[in-house]
Amino acid sequence: MAEQAQILPGTLDLLILKAVSLGPLHGYGVLLRIGQISGSALEIEQGALYPALFRLVRQGLLKASWGTSENNRRAKFYELTTAGRKRLREETDGWNRLAAAMGSALAARAEEV
Amino acid sequence: MSLYSSIRALAQKLLRGKELASEMEEELRSHIALRADDLVRSGVPRAEAERRARIEFGSRERYREESHEAAGGNYVENLVRDVRFALRMLSKSPGFTVVAIVTLALGVGANAVVFNLLDALVVRPLDVPGGGNLYQIEQRNAPQQSYPDYVDLRDRNRTFDGVIAYEISTAALDSDGRPVPAWLYTASGNYFDVLGVQPLLGRFFHAADERGPDSAPYIVLSYAYWQRHFQSDRGIAGRAVRVNKHAYTILGVAPEGFRGTELFYSPDLWTPIVNQRQIEGADVLEQRGNRGREVVGRLKPGVTPAQAAADLNAIAAALAKQYPKEDDGIHFSLARPGLAGDMLGGPVRAFVAGLMLLAGLILLAACANLGSLFAARAADRSREMALRLALGSTRGRILRQLLSEAWLVSLAGGALGTGCSAALLGALRQWHPVPDFPLTLAVDPNLRTFVVAFLLALASGLFFGLVPVRQVLRSSPYQGIRSGAAGTDGAKRLTFRDVLLAGQIAVCAVLVTASLVAVRGMLRSLHASFGFVPQNVIQINTDLNGAGYKEDQVPAMQRRMLDAVSSVPGVTSAAYAGRVPLNLGWAQNDVYRDGATDYRPSNSAAEAMEYSVSPGYFQTAQTTVLRGRTFTWSDGKDAPRVAVVNQEFARRLFGSDANAVGSFFKIWGGARVQVVGVVEDGRYRTLAEDPQPAMFFSVLQSPSPWTWLLVRSNRSPQELEPALEGALRSLDNGMALTMNTWEKELGAALLAARAASLALGVLGGLGAMLALTGIFGMAAYSVSKRLRELGIRIALGARRKEVLAAALGRVLRLLAIGSAAGLLLGLAATRLLSYIVYQATPRDPVVLLGAIATMMVLGLIAAWIPARRALAADPLVLLRDD
Repeated sequence: MAEQAQILPGTLDLLILKAVSLGPLHGYGVLLRIGQISGSALEIEQGALYPALFRLVRQGLLKASWGTSENNRRAKFYELTTAGRKRLREETDGWNRLAAAMGSALAARAEEV
Repeated sequence: MSLYSSIRALAQKLLRGKELASEMEEELRSHIALRADDLVRSGVPRAEAERRARIEFGSRERYREESHEAAGGNYVENLVRDVRFALRMLSKSPGFTVVAIVTLALGVGANAVVFNLLDALVVRPLDVPGGGNLYQIEQRNAPQQSYPDYVDLRDRNRTFDGVIAYEISTAALDSDGRPVPAWLYTASGNYFDVLGVQPLLGRFFHAADERGPDSAPYIVLSYAYWQRHFQSDRGIAGRAVRVNKHAYTILGVAPEGFRGTELFYSPDLWTPIVNQRQIEGADVLEQRGNRGREVVGRLKPGVTPAQAAADLNAIAAALAKQYPKEDDGIHFSLARPGLAGDMLGGPVRAFVAGLMLLAGLILLAACANLGSLFAARAADRSREMALRLALGSTRGRILRQLLSEAWLVSLAGGALGTGCSAALLGALRQWHPVPDFPLTLAVDPNLRTFVVAFLLALASGLFFGLVPVRQVLRSSPYQGIRSGAAGTDGAKRLTFRDVLLAGQIAVCAVLVTASLVAVRGMLRSLHASFGFVPQNVIQINTDLNGAGYKEDQVPAMQRRMLDAVSSVPGVTSAAYAGRVPLNLGWAQNDVYRDGATDYRPSNSAAEAMEYSVSPGYFQTAQTTVLRGRTFTWSDGKDAPRVAVVNQEFARRLFGSDANAVGSFFKIWGGARVQVVGVVEDGRYRTLAEDPQPAMFFSVLQSPSPWTWLLVRSNRSPQELEPALEGALRSLDNGMALTMNTWEKELGAALLAARAASLALGVLGGLGAMLALTGIFGMAAYSVSKRLRELGIRIALGARRKEVLAAALGRVLRLLAIGSAAGLLLGLAATRLLSYIVYQATPRDPVVLLGAIATMMVLGLIAAWIPARRALAADPLVLLRDD
């Protein structure tokens, strides 16, 4: 198992949007997907997912519908709305810019200043 | 409880709360099941897998709550829960709750009443369509204009859509063979049209009805008079009645809300001003110098008051040139209508604004009071809060609950205060403080007032509810675990609560000082010298013109009336006059030195109060005659004109009393008058006026159909009045008579001072009560907080004095500081009162000592019970407590 990192505040929403953008998922599936795409490097307490999911639904970024899971359990599935897709794009761009800026800032060496 | 469950059910129905909750529950269950399935697949036994899935999920309770919040579903539910909890906490300490609610009710109630007055008298324009465009046209800051000037203003101006004239008057109205005095407006024909009022029944009179003197014998009834005297007869229009014995026709009835153009006066009816001669007896419409009418104009749209004033004064300049004798130096200005222009309006508006300020202070004091009560309560509950924090409640949650309590208190207090104020306003509306004059207060318990009261209550709730916030934010869960007696820290530091208490006491001291100044002024005004002695005198008022007597018949009838009342047993002296000092209404005229030949107003030596009185008047009124003689029956029509003047008149025209007797002066028009006597100064228009010059003429030389009989006797009014009425009715059964003691008639002159004293007295009383509860609350709190310490002190042998100093020293020091600050402020503020309240002076030692004594007594009373409790602190009981 890879070394785990605490997720930054505010990044959970982005991770959820990303996870769901790859196909409709139920809550537990979102967790698995995040674990899968982050190489299990991000630690999320399972319950903490739900307030975020409900918030995203209320903001109109996700929509939810009841369906059946692969092992035949009733579960609520989430998928991106158009607004959600747009938000994901914006936030991804923003994150990339921030990450690039942080990366180059932290990589600075004395002779470059 | 059923109320709350029903509210909750409703809320859930509204927000699909239940559905949401069960859906959420199912989702969380499904998550745990899915996780458990995974674990089973990786070889964990089912039961263990389910346990682990639940653990990995974390606090299900917390996430469910947070999810609920995130979904936006539980506002109402939380609110209901908070309210329920707050109700439970409040009902646990009913004493605190009742004190808090009553305190706030006082503050909100006082503000609602004063706001309503302010709204009615200052903020709202006259209650007619487009009332904001109406302006009173004044002259020398008084609303008096002559009719010819009015006609010129009306016809020559270019800035008004219409200009109306009116005058308050009375007449005898006879609808069933028995004439009764009625109060009315004589109004210009365009009156209703310019005001834009529509009749309820029949029609109004119009400009087209005016075709010369006495050409429009019509009356329009007010709604109230129609109800009262004609039993709301819908077929009233067209009915023939007699006004002052002349045949008139009732044209119609005004709508219910319309009470004319003055806020303090509810007329019985309106008649056209062209019929003024029949109504008032004397013909003054032709006299340009006779300024008794009020003039109000409606501005054209887009015209500013300044433009209108310029337009009017261009006319004034032309009038002054055209009629130098009457209109020299004439100047017009605009004022708000409704309170006789600025004459009443100025002082009334200033006073109401002052009251509003004081009422605001009351509310502020109430809030400070409640703020310290809530802070003390929060401090007492610090253990409870620490416990709740330790159990995982958030500070936001605790704050919300404290605020819910504050808001519940403020809503209850606001509702109670508003209810009381509505009742009080209703009573004020029905109040008739002046006998035989339809004086009304234009207050009206309306929605606007209640909305303001409600908002005030909510704002106060927020204010005093937020006082303990800092305390809550600072409290830590560990506090609860430490000993509960930790309360003495910061005993030396000045806390926010101390500042609140001192501020509140200062505000209360301001109120107490102001009300003492007012009450003292009132007492003085009751014992002031009026220039006559009103006790034991009955006034009988009749209008002989209204009773049908013409010219020469009037003096003869007055003499017969005087003889008739003089012969009633018990009457010691009697006289009559055309007007009486300090009654409603007065006459003032320019007087000139004997050598004057130029009778323009600017050349006058003084403007003197004018009275016409019969022989025996000064004796009956018990006005002291200082020099010379008074009138006799030989000062008749054909004898040389003579006058009795007061000291102020003598001083202004002749330099001294001694010079006055035998000297001459001239009245407007040039007639020479000889002074035959000098009497003491008196009060003529209001109690608070500066010394006024006054002149008295022989009623035989200046006759008046208005007859005020003054009857002095040694019998009680109840015994005497029937005898007097019988004597007068035997002369003429058809006269409309009103009879009152002189002291009662003075009600009008005393009204302003009385109303001001009453209002300030009530506010002062409220201030005192708030000071009492505030000091009591803090003293009681401080004692209860330190009871253990005090018990230990007593056990260690502290003397009573030391115990008291320890328990109450701080509170009493705050009381002293607050009172001193308040007294200084109050003394500064009472300067403002001095021109309403008679002889209100802030530098009155009685007021100063009274205010100090009051605050000390309040402090003693309020500290009494806590002090007893402190002294009775029993160390054994207290130690056993823990």
